[in-house]
Amino acid sequence: MTGVALATRGLYKSFGALRVTQDVNFTLPAGARHALIGPNGAGKTTFINLLTGALPPDAGTIELDGVDITGLPPDRRVKRGLARTYQINTLFPDLTPLEAVTLVMCERHGVSRQWLRPLARSRAIIEEAYALLVQLGIGDFAHRQTRHLAYGHQRVLEIALALATRPHVLLLDEPAAGVPAQESGMLYEVISGLPKDIAVLFIEHDMDLVFRFASRITVLVSGKTLREGPPAAIAEDAEVRAVYLGTPVHD
Amino acid sequence: MPPIVIGIVQVLFDGVAFGMLLFVMSVGLSITLGMMRFANLAHGSFAMLGGYTTTTLMRHAGWSFLATLPVSFVLIAAVSVVLERVLYRRMYQAKELDQVLLTVGIIYMSIAGAAYVWGPEPQAISLPDYLTVYRTVGWFSFSTYGALLLAVGTVLTLAIFFGLERTRFGAMIRAAVDDRRVALGVGIDVNRVFTITFAVGSGLAGLGGALGINALGLDPSFPIEYLVFFLIVVSIGGTAGSVKGALAAALLLGLSDTAGKYYIPQTGAFIIYVVMLLVMLWRPNGLFGRA
Amino acid sequence: MTAAEPARDSAPAPSAVADFRAQARWQWYEPLFWLGAIAWYFLLPTYLPLGTQILATALFALSLDLILGYGGIVSLGHTTFFGVGAYTAGLLARYGWQEPISCLVAAGLLAAFAGWICSFVIVRVQGIALLLVTLGINLVLYEAANKAYKITGGADGLQGIEFSPLLGMFHFDMLGRTAYLYTLIVVFLVFLVARRIVYSPFGLALRGMRENWKRMPALGAGLRRHGALIFVLSAAIAGIAGALLAESVQFVALDSLAVQRSVDVLTMLIVGGTGVLYGSFVGAVVYMVARDQLADLNPAYWYFWIGLMLVLVVLFTRNGVVGALADSAAWVQRKRGRGPAP
Repeated sequence: MTGVALATRGLYKSFGALRVTQDVNFTLPAGARHALIGPNGAGKTTFINLLTGALPPDAGTIELDGVDITGLPPDRRVKRGLARTYQINTLFPDLTPLEAVTLVMCERHGVSRQWLRPLARSRAIIEEAYALLVQLGIGDFAHRQTRHLAYGHQRVLEIALALATRPHVLLLDEPAAGVPAQESGMLYEVISGLPKDIAVLFIEHDMDLVFRFASRITVLVSGKTLREGPPAAIAEDAEVRAVYLGTPVHD
Repeated sequence: MPPIVIGIVQVLFDGVAFGMLLFVMSVGLSITLGMMRFANLAHGSFAMLGGYTTTTLMRHAGWSFLATLPVSFVLIAAVSVVLERVLYRRMYQAKELDQVLLTVGIIYMSIAGAAYVWGPEPQAISLPDYLTVYRTVGWFSFSTYGALLLAVGTVLTLAIFFGLERTRFGAMIRAAVDDRRVALGVGIDVNRVFTITFAVGSGLAGLGGALGINALGLDPSFPIEYLVFFLIVVSIGGTAGSVKGALAAALLLGLSDTAGKYYIPQTGAFIIYVVMLLVMLWRPNGLFGRA
Repeated sequence: MTAAEPARDSAPAPSAVADFRAQARWQWYEPLFWLGAIAWYFLLPTYLPLGTQILATALFALSLDLILGYGGIVSLGHTTFFGVGAYTAGLLARYGWQEPISCLVAAGLLAAFAGWICSFVIVRVQGIALLLVTLGINLVLYEAANKAYKITGGADGLQGIEFSPLLGMFHFDMLGRTAYLYTLIVVFLVFLVARRIVYSPFGLALRGMRENWKRMPALGAGLRRHGALIFVLSAAIAGIAGALLAESVQFVALDSLAVQRSVDVLTMLIVGGTGVLYGSFVGAVVYMVARDQLADLNPAYWYFWIGLMLVLVVLFTRNGVVGALADSAAWVQRKRGRGPAP
């Protein structure tokens, strides 16, 4: 894969006097595995929110596949192939995983506003949804209400919902946050099994995960890009070690 | 002076007095909404109860109007604390719909209760003589009752702002409204702060209801009738919890309502509602809300 | 969570589609319910006007259930659309167009249009602002109908309207027989449509909006267009309900636009149960039969009991009467030791 999937130029965002994003110029090549790290409050989640359109930037542009999407609302960005997950589970507690993923696929196939046709007749969509759940290893729980799923499975569902939009850029906000050790293996498998043609940008505090999956790392401090480079270089960088790796990284 | 100028001054005077009264009555709702995200639609029930406290004390105990006002404040504050402890506290984490239903239920019960105890007819009190006269300053004449509303409203507004901006407790309130989790993190006992704020806010509503009997009217339908006014103050004022926004919205509402009644009496409250909808269409987070 | 759980449906090869088929299947109590409505006609001939009112009101509550119980949008002003429907039918009849079925259609269309307009404001706001906006729209319309008394009759209501016989054959009789059957048939047909909406892809999208409004745009859902559609559908149904009532009582009260009625219908729905289709019917029956039986009470005191009922329902039941019934059925099954684990 070649080409730039996602790029920002001169992105700024402030909340009152607090500058959370300052002149961020960021490029995500197609198919990349890129980690975004930085201490708490560095503006990582804000950056994701700017990319997805949940927040409007004060200045700067965001391009998806070379097209300026700065002014597009979140749902239109999703339709263009930009999906995200949330650090804190943002699921549909009373729906089953099958229903939730079917819901997303109905949106993608443009049938979500069909209001007189029984859903059960969209057999292809439902089966596609089920296949995705099976592929991610939570097919056995497809028929249970989401609220009753184990936390680790909910984290996988979080990714399943994003994948159901068929993105080519996927933003993962701390995919492993809060997952107990015995459930993390499954999550690692899901992340490493993500299709190669999807460019992945992930925020993570778990350095194991970062160095395992990332081929490039960006370090964000106080809303600014401190360093960007391959994992080995970042691990060696004195300044990064000072501001970030010097602090305890494992919870 | 030309009559048009006199009219304008009259509208300004009455409108600002009404706006201050609305602000005093709704500020508690705005702050508690910002702090706990709790939609207490029954706020008007507290105001109504304050009004009835005053009428009862005046009629049956022979108290003077001004002497009843502090009692209304204290009594309503106390009642609200009981209600907060017994009912509301369970609902902070509940769905918004459940909060709405619970407080609508309380509105209904308070309406029926008021009708049972005090009867369905509108209450009027005979104000002391010094509050029923008109004074003239130069070419402008005003009612002393209006002046009282304006004076008390101004004093309370200043006190509220002083309390919020300059006292330690006020800082704790602002921190809790701003971000409850952070406030908890720095060791603020948010529950206690909330209870006190809720009590003072409800007490102010009771005081406003009492003070405003002759301006707002008082009958069992009060909580429903003024519900939309309270909602306008807190939503047009901006993301709940913005006290300056609430003040601006209350003044705007007081002025436009008074002006409407003065210049185009036949349209009634119609204009207010339409303007409110247009504002919400233009700025869904309110005029002074954070984006 | 060790072994794979079989799909709820015990089909030999559990297909994913079976879940959605099972949801939409008719339950045993559904025909019973509608047979009961027919039995009312034969068993309670003196209560036909009450039955008609209950049916029309239940349809109104059902329209609210679509946006609130399924879509999760709390409205304090839903009678806006009921009132638009009632006045449309009433005014058409007053000014010479007295054919009831076309009046019904016109009422549905006009209410749908009103719903479409309102959706633009409504989907932009949430929380307390949403309450204000829905209440505000309701108040504007009430004031407008009140002031335009030359057309609407103002506070006296729209009097002296008459509709021509149904299909040119059945007169609206004094006992309310025609009105009851006509209302029952229309309500049943509209119910079938509502039932289809609930089990359609859009019905699933609605539940998604209820469960997690914030996530929907991040999954590619255009909330404004979803909101517009549900308000069009819900308003059309509310409008039909309003027109049904206007046709059967040959009168439109200003009250049909009163905020009080918005809150009443919300109360009914909550008492019955939200998001379960029949909750609106159960709620309407309970509420209106109770009010009919307690009519001697001063209405001011009646609201005390309504308020208490609301508080109790919120504090002690999971989802109104229907929720309580479902919970106790599950409890009985567990007691017998053959039901599913909670």
